[in-house]
Amino acid sequence: MSHPATTTSSTTPTRTAASPAVLVDGLVKRYDEVEAVRGIDFEVASGEIFGFLGPNGAGKSTTINMLCTLVRPSGGSARVADHDVVTERDDVRRNIGLVFQDSTLDGYLSAEQNLRLHAELYGVPRELVRERMRQVTEMVGLWERRDSLVNTFSGGMKRRLEIARGLLHSPRVLFLDEPTVGLDPQTRSSIWRYIRELKAREDITIFLTTHYMDEAEYCERIAIMDQGRIIVLDTPEALKEKVGKDRVQIQTDDDQAAIAALRERFAIEATVAEGVVTFGVPSGEQFVPRLFDEWDPGHPPIRSVSVARPSLDDVFMSYTGTTIRDAEATSTDRMRNVARIMGR
Amino acid sequence: MATEIARVRVPARSARGELRAVKVVWKREMIRFSRDRLRILTSLMQPFLFLFVLGTGLSRLASAGTHGVNLRTFVYPGVLCMAVMFTAMFSAASLVWDREFGFLREMMVAPVRRSSLVLGKCLGGATVAAFQGVIVLCLAGLVGVPYAPGLILEVLGLSLLLAFAITAFGVMVAARITQMQSFMALMQMAIMPMYFLSGALFPVSGLPQWLEILNRIDPLTYAVDPMRRVVFSHLNISAAARHALDPGVTWWSWHVPGLVEAGVVSLLGLVMLTVAIVEFGRAE
Repeated sequence: MSHPATTTSSTTPTRTAASPAVLVDGLVKRYDEVEAVRGIDFEVASGEIFGFLGPNGAGKSTTINMLCTLVRPSGGSARVADHDVVTERDDVRRNIGLVFQDSTLDGYLSAEQNLRLHAELYGVPRELVRERMRQVTEMVGLWERRDSLVNTFSGGMKRRLEIARGLLHSPRVLFLDEPTVGLDPQTRSSIWRYIRELKAREDITIFLTTHYMDEAEYCERIAIMDQGRIIVLDTPEALKEKVGKDRVQIQTDDDQAAIAALRERFAIEATVAEGVVTFGVPSGEQFVPRLFDEWDPGHPPIRSVSVARPSLDDVFMSYTGTTIRDAEATSTDRMRNVARIMGR
Repeated sequence: MATEIARVRVPARSARGELRAVKVVWKREMIRFSRDRLRILTSLMQPFLFLFVLGTGLSRLASAGTHGVNLRTFVYPGVLCMAVMFTAMFSAASLVWDREFGFLREMMVAPVRRSSLVLGKCLGGATVAAFQGVIVLCLAGLVGVPYAPGLILEVLGLSLLLAFAITAFGVMVAARITQMQSFMALMQMAIMPMYFLSGALFPVSGLPQWLEILNRIDPLTYAVDPMRRVVFSHLNISAAARHALDPGVTWWSWHVPGLVEAGVVSLLGLVMLTVAIVEFGRAE
């Protein structure tokens, strides 16, 4: 799988003069005593595919909701498509497309009726509606199914239809909040194909959130978010380079003893992540034979070893000290708090 | 794939755009109602039971007091109101479903005023409910009410008004109540007493004082009374029967004209619509 070029390359020559599609400055959102977003700053260039990565409850959806004018920020400012999200709400809304985590289609209407309703709400000129509808539904392979009731669609088809609907009014920025969550791998990859095609065909900026590490790699730049803050922001390649090490995970009967042995014999600081002893070394394949050669019979026996190239998981781990899955487990309480307050 | 992209420019907010939004929200109600044939059929059930089972059964008891008028004919305007009311209530309830199934969000993020969305919803509910009134109107012949064009038009107008007010009431409640069970319970709790107190099933003169006071406070009284007047004005019955069965609502012995009654319903409907718009405008 080839990754998109970084933003500094010349793949987007016409956009050098364009102002940023999204400009965020010190954005904060508080729900009573819980601070869901704690002051974030970033910029998304026009035409970029920008990803927000982080565990559930990190504040990704709250941020996206603020950028979409659905939630009022408690502090800071944000501009989307050159308009302020608080003072120019309607201008922002006209220029963005939205695909939420949960379906917002009317299941009792046909696909075409859903799209036409959207076109009317957004004031799409009548003479353009049919042509534009055909383009967006053909892109997601649903043109032939336009007369079917949405309730007869599978989860993947519904998500595709929502992407098509989000594009119907030619937004400058398309927001996708967890666009592939709950979909099977095949549908996930086809959704990513549409997103890349889209970027090639239309003059559009794509802003998405995900908690799948592998998907974040499709983005041109990624912001890693944890506990309401942006921890790091860069291209996937640069992020992985910074980590630089392969990840080795070993399974033993006594993790603490194994960690102590690693420190003593190899001067390696290991931690327990996802229930196994985890550490980073510059060259994993060469380290494993050495590990077994020098592993004392007195140390707890090693049951299994795995070596992995640096991934965004490691990036996340190197910045937060925990894997994204563990972070999700610990952030569940925080999320419950937010959910409790928001669900009034 | 070098296809020419139809680039859409979304126009700035305009009165025309808002009108399109009102219209499309209204149209959605129409599409959904026409798809839901079962609902059309089941909503006829209740009026049918009231008219032909309760009406026929009780008429044996009541014949002495109705001056020769069939009890079914007497309760007919009340049953008409009931059919309209319940349909309007279900229309408003669909807003709670819309929230549950996420569709409300699609409307809330659109670059249109919340007032356009609420207005479209209320007009849609009113149209659907008035249509229900027309269906009940088809039964008129079976209870001795003539199919006069004037009657049909007036009933249609009053049904629209009543349905609009009830939908506005429901939408106002739905802005706050997000759970279907709570919404239905609350609506039943509000609608049933209103219906029973309104005089839909009894004449409003010569009541015990406590009931008379409650009846005059009940907003629904001012929808049922003109409906009865309209129906009775097309009946060929004795003056005594008319006096007993269609006495009309009085305020301290002042006979309230039908137009004033319709005005009361419109005013209440508009107030509730305004509250609903404010409530939805506030929701994030």
